[in-house]
Amino acid sequence: MILPPGVSQRRFTSALREFEQIVGKEWVFSSDEDLGTYRDAYSPYWDEKIDRIPPVALCPANVEQVRAVLKVANLFKVPLWPVSTGKNLGYGGSAPAHPGTGVLDLKRMNRILEVDDKNHYALVEPGVSYFDLYRHIRDNKLKVWIDSPDPGWGSPMGNTLDRGVGRTPMQDHWSNVCGLEVVLPNGDLVRTGMGAIPNSKSWQHFKYGFGPYVDGIFSQSSYGVVTKMGVWLLPEPEAYLVGNVTVPKRDDVIPLVDMLSYLMNTGVVQGQTYIQNMLNGFAPDLLALRAKPGGASEAELQAYADTHGGYWSLALPIYGTKELVAAKWQVAQRKAAEIPGARIEVQRSYDLPMPEEDALKLDSPCEVSVPSLNIFNTVAMPMKGNGHMFAAPVIPMRGSAVIESLDVMRKAMEDIGCRDYMAVPASTFFARSLTILVIYPTYKDAERNRKSREALKHMVKVCGEHGWGDYRAHASFMSEAAEAYSFNNHALRRLHETLKDALDPNGIISPGKAGIRPRNER
Amino acid sequence: MKALIGALAVLTLLTSGIANSAEPSGQAVYEKWCLPCHRAGQVGSVQLQQRYKGAIPAVLTERTDLQPALISVLVRKGGQVMPIFRKTEISDVELEALATYLTKPTK
Ligand SMILES: Cc1cc2nc3c(=O)[nH]c(=O)nc-3n(C[C@H](O)[C@H](O)[C@H](O)COP(=O)(O)OP(=O)(O)OC[C@H]3O[C@@H](n4cnc5c(N)ncnc54)[C@H](O)[C@@H]3O)c2cc1C
Ligand code: HEC
Repeated sequence: MILPPGVSQRRFTSALREFEQIVGKEWVFSSDEDLGTYRDAYSPYWDEKIDRIPPVALCPANVEQVRAVLKVANLFKVPLWPVSTGKNLGYGGSAPAHPGTGVLDLKRMNRILEVDDKNHYALVEPGVSYFDLYRHIRDNKLKVWIDSPDPGWGSPMGNTLDRGVGRTPMQDHWSNVCGLEVVLPNGDLVRTGMGAIPNSKSWQHFKYGFGPYVDGIFSQSSYGVVTKMGVWLLPEPEAYLVGNVTVPKRDDVIPLVDMLSYLMNTGVVQGQTYIQNMLNGFAPDLLALRAKPGGASEAELQAYADTHGGYWSLALPIYGTKELVAAKWQVAQRKAAEIPGARIEVQRSYDLPMPEEDALKLDSPCEVSVPSLNIFNTVAMPMKGNGHMFAAPVIPMRGSAVIESLDVMRKAMEDIGCRDYMAVPASTFFARSLTILVIYPTYKDAERNRKSREALKHMVKVCGEHGWGDYRAHASFMSEAAEAYSFNNHALRRLHETLKDALDPNGIISPGKAGIRPRNER
Repeated sequence: MKALIGALAVLTLLTSGIANSAEPSGQAVYEKWCLPCHRAGQVGSVQLQQRYKGAIPAVLTERTDLQPALISVLVRKGGQVMPIFRKTEISDVELEALATYLTKPTK
């Protein structure tokens, strides 16, 4: 076990006794067996010396216990990594960035404090999972949708604090936060926005309150422990249609993405979709063509596209009332028809609400607000390995950027001889940009993990050099991801560190998160 | 005021109801934490089908050969893709109920 830096075994044991006083003996975990449940189940350092296994896990039951725990953590200089539901698999799971950091497991704080289906919001504690919130809404027949990420095992709190994404019109989770309650590293308790007004009547109604808007500094951050979060929800739509546009030539991706940008920025198309290169599939004849010595020429690829239905394909998700969906689809078709050779069709169309058993048959039931773990069938099945980890560079929403990034990323992997990865086509995670999720397998085997780690780091570095920074990073590679954000000799890092030193001088919350190290580790 | 007292009484009843139901339902634990991957057609069942090639059922609730020890190991140490479950998610008492449920000959 790796102890916190500079803390002796004796001091550490004394700290554990203090923690037990606060949360109760049974909620302080320090045996190897229990700590093993907090390791990263998909760790890229599995069983290596520096595998991230925390020296302690603490599970407070309420805000007062969180405050008391942080006071003791300061006293004994024991750093803690808060998790809400701790399912950040692919980005490091529940394990801290540094092996000497303990875990503050907030799963027991699991109350749904409010769901309003007239103003469409919820107020939740950290331990409320997407499954929990969905069941609450379903069982109480409330007319609102949650926006679950593909796996429903995480939480609105944890996922949103990592600025995660779902698939419905509310998919950019951080943009739908309205009001936080935060325990600062020194144990002080703050409410942001209108929550700063005692007996506020509009905490989940108006984001900004008065004065500097600070909510953002608590996302992907080590500046506090968030204990309540307001999230805006979607009024249950009446209909959902997915259109599809296929275009014939390589350069058609440029007008195709311009069209997508227009349709998204006008609210005609909403939710997650991606720019599918139809020549990046797994069909045997296609793989054979690509595997030719020297690779396939552009003419050969175009010839393949000509005989196999096109070069690029794009699904267009449309949500709303029945009239709106019909009207939006008219607009989308008119815009798509401006691209010569475009093939336009309805891929699928539903009246809502959809029975749960039908939703669960979709690849991604979360498209219609139903949380599931179906994604493991699509992601895990074709991947080798025991788990996986993600890199997630962001490019502008431009067709030329799609072409360039695909070429650069493919070459980056060829250069190091890596074939063991999967790139999800450029996806609309966030407005006006596209994100390319690159998935690397992890193993229970050190040598293969080393290769995966090197490949991921190389990808992050090459993308960074092209100006494509990651939107989020795995806990083992946060410094690498932060490296790209270096304008003016890392002015942003200096600002982050200034905030860190002011709010957390002892460095007790999540050292290494987002590549930000506390003073004592710099 | 009367309404308030009524509401309070209901609240007390509810909380004591929860306190008394110390015996967790293994089936409920299974449906909450395991079913999303182990229902027919999902990753757990698909991979177990590949592993056993139909010699034993792919869906856990149809199995008659499961032992409590295997279930505990999978839950607390994880499998390949299957993640680890912590005590704040599935308590030891719930794990026991889950194991009893899955090892019953008929479920
Ligand atoms: C196959 C697969 C598919 C996935 N698909 C998606 C997807 O579609 N979209 C997506 O966004 N993710 C996806 N993920 C990643 C991940 O599973 C989810 O993002 C998940 O919701 C994150 O876990 P969580 O919600 O339990 O958050 P947690 O693990 O609890 O927390 C996430 C991060 O936020 C910090 N944090 C959590 N709570 C607090 C708090 N109270 N105060 C301060 N900091 C806190 C933690 O330190 C941690 O770094 C996928 C993963 C896999 C394996
Ligand atoms: C994320 C998906 C997922 C979840 C959730 C999940 N499992 Fe699994 N489980 C799998 C997969 C995949 C396998 C087979 C391969 C492996 O070991 O990962 C498996 C294998 C198993 C096996 C091994 C059976 C054998 O014959 O080897 C048991 C037992 C098991 N799971 C029990 C459970 C229980 C109990 C739960 C709930 C607490 C659960 N699983 C939750 C995916 C999952």
